Amino acid sequence: MRKTSISRRVYLTFNMIVIALITVSCMVPILNVLATSFSSAAYINAGEVGLVPKGFTLAAYQFVLKDARFWRSVLVTVERIVIGIPLNIGLSILIAYPLSKSELVFRERKIYVTFFLITMIFSGGMVPTYLLVYNLKMIDTIWALVLPGAVNVFNTIVLMNFFRNLPKAIEESALVDGAGHFTIMMKIFLPLSKPSIATITLFSLINNWNAWFDGLLYNNFTEHYPLQTYLQTTITSSTEVNKVVNNIEDMMLRQSVTARNLTAAKIFIAIVPLMCAYPFLQKHFATGLVMGSVKE
Amino acid sequence: MKKMSSGKKTGRPTPAAFHLMLLVPVIVTIIFYYIPMGGIVLAFKEYKPGLGIFGSEWVGIKHFQYLMDMPEFHGALKNTLFIALWKIVLNLVLPVVFALMLNEVSTKWFKKTAQTLTFIPYFLSWVVLGGILIDFLSPDGGMVNSVLKQLGLQEIYFLGDVKIFPFTIIASDVWKNMGYNSIVYLAALTGIDPALYEASALDGAGRWKQTLHITLPSIAPFIVLMTILSLGNVLNAGFDQIFNLYNPAVYESGDIIDTLVYRLGMVQRQYSLSTAVGLFKSFISMILILLSYKLADKAAGYQVF
Repeated sequence: MRKTSISRRVYLTFNMIVIALITVSCMVPILNVLATSFSSAAYINAGEVGLVPKGFTLAAYQFVLKDARFWRSVLVTVERIVIGIPLNIGLSILIAYPLSKSELVFRERKIYVTFFLITMIFSGGMVPTYLLVYNLKMIDTIWALVLPGAVNVFNTIVLMNFFRNLPKAIEESALVDGAGHFTIMMKIFLPLSKPSIATITLFSLINNWNAWFDGLLYNNFTEHYPLQTYLQTTITSSTEVNKVVNNIEDMMLRQSVTARNLTAAKIFIAIVPLMCAYPFLQKHFATGLVMGSVKE
Repeated sequence: MKKMSSGKKTGRPTPAAFHLMLLVPVIVTIIFYYIPMGGIVLAFKEYKPGLGIFGSEWVGIKHFQYLMDMPEFHGALKNTLFIALWKIVLNLVLPVVFALMLNEVSTKWFKKTAQTLTFIPYFLSWVVLGGILIDFLSPDGGMVNSVLKQLGLQEIYFLGDVKIFPFTIIASDVWKNMGYNSIVYLAALTGIDPALYEASALDGAGRWKQTLHITLPSIAPFIVLMTILSLGNVLNAGFDQIFNLYNPAVYESGDIIDTLVYRLGMVQRQYSLSTAVGLFKSFISMILILLSYKLADKAAGYQVF
């Protein structure tokens, strides 16, 4: 029925080549950094490292893994994840449940919707928020990293749309049986919403893992930096890394470690957890995106 | 069900549980969103650390008048518009093209692999990608320039040349988000009824005609919606990205409003001036976002909440 003409076949080949090139372009910089992290200083400085490590060495990783500041920043990130995610999810549920009801049941719904929507449209900006955190005495504490972003409107929308699609009959019969809304939320809605809660947990995980600017803004002392902020400061000020490299006492290490493979190793360690979660991420981000836009 | 809500009102009061549930989220939102909004009065005051926000003296629109004569502000505004508009256009067009191209591929594993791999950069922070790109594009032993040198070509200072820097920013942003941005269109493309293609093939329509008359019209509503919603980003040139890639040598073409707000406020500690610049941006952005919501509702029946 369908004739595969020569021009069509030429087009399809061309099409696949372009897609392959785009795909490769997404991987090459990452593979290059990976190769750099396993290469020794001499080859890196000569610009000879491409996609394969040259002068294979684990020195950069050995060094990073011995670095107390690196581990401290990992701990801060773990802390913000452990506190931040439950806070984020809990608040999302508390907002999403009532707002998923129709105005017939929840007459003031529109007022609350407007209240939360305004935060998506207008913000006080960097300095007023900084001064607030400062006046609340939260500078250099973990609360500065988890509280300002605790209410996440996007996550709430995803969850709210999911709640809306749950069959109304279950809720109604529970109400008839005398269950209150808190009970219905905890005992019926939450168990039924595991997939969408998994989705927003992943969103929240990514947000917390990748956040760096709040760490820079709200901390005076570098030992309170989360991982991404620590990375940010070592990447942008390579002089600091050079100083570290020059201070290494172990001669063997100093020969193979340079600012560049050290940075590369840190970057790669920061990517690994995301890569492990990637299969889940890919699946849930796509569904979450659809859920975020489906109405009623 | 939802249509009824506006007309008929029942006499039943709202369950108190709803207000109780919303209590904590509302308090958190007031503290961390609404109080800082009140803090914008700083833009109309002369902030003195000893006096605090409320004790400081009112100065009217002095800071805004100062801004109008400030070359850095004009430069940052121009750079913001240039970078943001290019990003908006390319982040709309290229993902559509990419989705259409992927849609033509019939080899399943190839399509899936391409989707999976192009999606990866989206998940990485600009700190990580900034580190990767600084190394990858470095004129001093970076992979791209090493290859250029081997080919006998001139080195390119992607992040150090005032003329090239904005384009490096635009290209790397499109590169990071292409896989993610194309998802919406791919989802729409898989939703097209195959019978449409079969019928048109019987009528003698070629692949190109089909794309023009079936595929594009099917995803057009999504393209329109994405275009409208991107209106709110006209002043968002990408703080995270630029902050992690720029340096004083490229401020002339790479400094944007958000980075200027940061340097004025957090580095120079000119709180009032920084707040004024920030307010200028949030105010215009707010108007654009409201406009885009209105348009999205009119054009596509899309309601955000």
